[in-house]
Amino acid sequence: MTIHQLSVFLENRSGTLVRVLQQLKVSGIQIVASSVADTGDYGILRLICSEPLRACDELKKAGIPVTLTEVFALELDNQPGAAAEVVEKLSSEGINIAYLYSFLLEGKGILILRTDDTEHTRKTINADGLKYIAEQELAERV
Amino acid sequence: MDDKSPYFHPQYESLSQEEIKKLQLERLQKTVQHCMNSPFYKQRFDEIGLKPEDIKSLEDIRKIPFTTKQDLRETYPFGMACVPLRDCVRLHSSSGTTGNPTVILHTKKDIDEWANQVARNLWMVGLRPDDVFQNSSGYGMFTGGLGFQYGAEKLGMLTIPAAAGNSLRQIKFITDFGTTAIHAVPSYVTRLFEVMQEQGVDPRRDTKLRVLAIGAEPHSEEQRKRIEDMLGVKAYNSFGMSEMCGPGVGFECQEQNGMHFWEDYYIVEIVDPETLEPVPDGEIGELVLTTLCREAMPLLRYRTRDLTRVLGRTCPCGRNHIRLDRMRGRSDDMMVLRGVNIFPIQIEKILMQFEELGNNYLITLTTDEDNDNMTVEVELKEMFTDDYPRLQALEKEIKRRLKDEILLTPYVKLVPRGSLPVSEGKAVRVVDKRKVYQ
Repeated sequence: MTIHQLSVFLENRSGTLVRVLQQLKVSGIQIVASSVADTGDYGILRLICSEPLRACDELKKAGIPVTLTEVFALELDNQPGAAAEVVEKLSSEGINIAYLYSFLLEGKGILILRTDDTEHTRKTINADGLKYIAEQELAERV
Repeated sequence: MDDKSPYFHPQYESLSQEEIKKLQLERLQKTVQHCMNSPFYKQRFDEIGLKPEDIKSLEDIRKIPFTTKQDLRETYPFGMACVPLRDCVRLHSSSGTTGNPTVILHTKKDIDEWANQVARNLWMVGLRPDDVFQNSSGYGMFTGGLGFQYGAEKLGMLTIPAAAGNSLRQIKFITDFGTTAIHAVPSYVTRLFEVMQEQGVDPRRDTKLRVLAIGAEPHSEEQRKRIEDMLGVKAYNSFGMSEMCGPGVGFECQEQNGMHFWEDYYIVEIVDPETLEPVPDGEIGELVLTTLCREAMPLLRYRTRDLTRVLGRTCPCGRNHIRLDRMRGRSDDMMVLRGVNIFPIQIEKILMQFEELGNNYLITLTTDEDNDNMTVEVELKEMFTDDYPRLQALEKEIKRRLKDEILLTPYVKLVPRGSLPVSEGKAVRVVDKRKVYQ
């Protein structure tokens, strides 16, 4: 149910982001969605991309500190309130969202999220019949 | 030489403490006499009315004034030579970053005795003529190059003068030539390992490495253990200084409990750096060395600036040559921050206790709005989490443990692996950018 996200440690210095992006370009990896928050000395660049396992290997080989994280990719109906409905269902189960970002795929909104309880989230998604995208499907639709 | 013998020089390595003292007194008297051939020592002795004949016991060494690095600078280049230059065959010089450089001269016999000390050390840690020794240390003026080269050859090993740098080539030598032992500075060893990892070389599976000689940089016990775990080897601490000859002066035996300083070659004293009085065994003080076998440039009571302590005078390995603790750093390396004395090695010791952290770190001292501050940048071993809170917790814990050790809270900055400068000589661990008020 979860998909692989790349989490890259970035020093807050000009040139560190471009080094990662260039390595992905050289490796022929396509970025689907990304998020980076600004903190003090460093940040974590989070990426959804084609072939995350190979991308992770390639970055590691280039000496870039990276790890794979399991995140959920929920598909939203294209109408107002769709995100509110999904998040409400999770919060009513007492699930806390650690971070969230979104992108559009074929006109549909996709929510990428990580919670404080992956197992509980998985069960809630199943019980409530929320639409999610598996890694295989994402790869095919990108 | 029988490979099974634990000693390279049984006649000296197995001396009793009494026999060592007897030999030392004979050699000290001879050395003092010989020193009168140098205008420097002749004048020094004349000034205080001391005569070589006044040295009647080992304790009388305390009548002799100390020799300092400053003396070496002031007599640059040849003012301390005790033999004519035509009898010298080698010159090593230290960089003159602060004033004149220093020069150390060697006769043919000095070079041979130096090789003897290094060979004795390497034999002591189990190396034999069947071993393949790769010297990944700087050559040229840096004595770790030629010093280990001659010593390893003296022992009879196939010796590869790989010199420092070009890690890919180093690794190729290690795998192609079946290298079993390496000498390098510890920061370079960790660098080599990182490149091995990037190249998919597993030191345990793909190499025959088993013994490492590490020295020239002060390093902590934690750093040694890391090196041993990384490479699957035994790593032995080596002490040397160009003023004495170079490497070879002191070396750990297989007990790994302090370095044996060779008392047939040197008289070891540990003194309080302020009062210059001897300190009791076990207490930290400055290492002072007197050479006993040197022809070209004997040195009497040379203040090394290295801080250490006596761990013992006997050893389960059977050698009764004095055992000294790993150097706490040079008294010159000591940082004074807001009135607190701090050695880089204290910081390293703490950092190396964190699994999440790599081997490279840099301490920067700055003045910010009239306050002196310390920043510790340390490389992450790998990206181990996707959580900000965990990274922040790690930073906080590093700060807390550093504060317990050095009594003030530094600013800690996590950086990705490979982002701090890697040096192929001695690692630069401290950068002092503080304003100096007159």
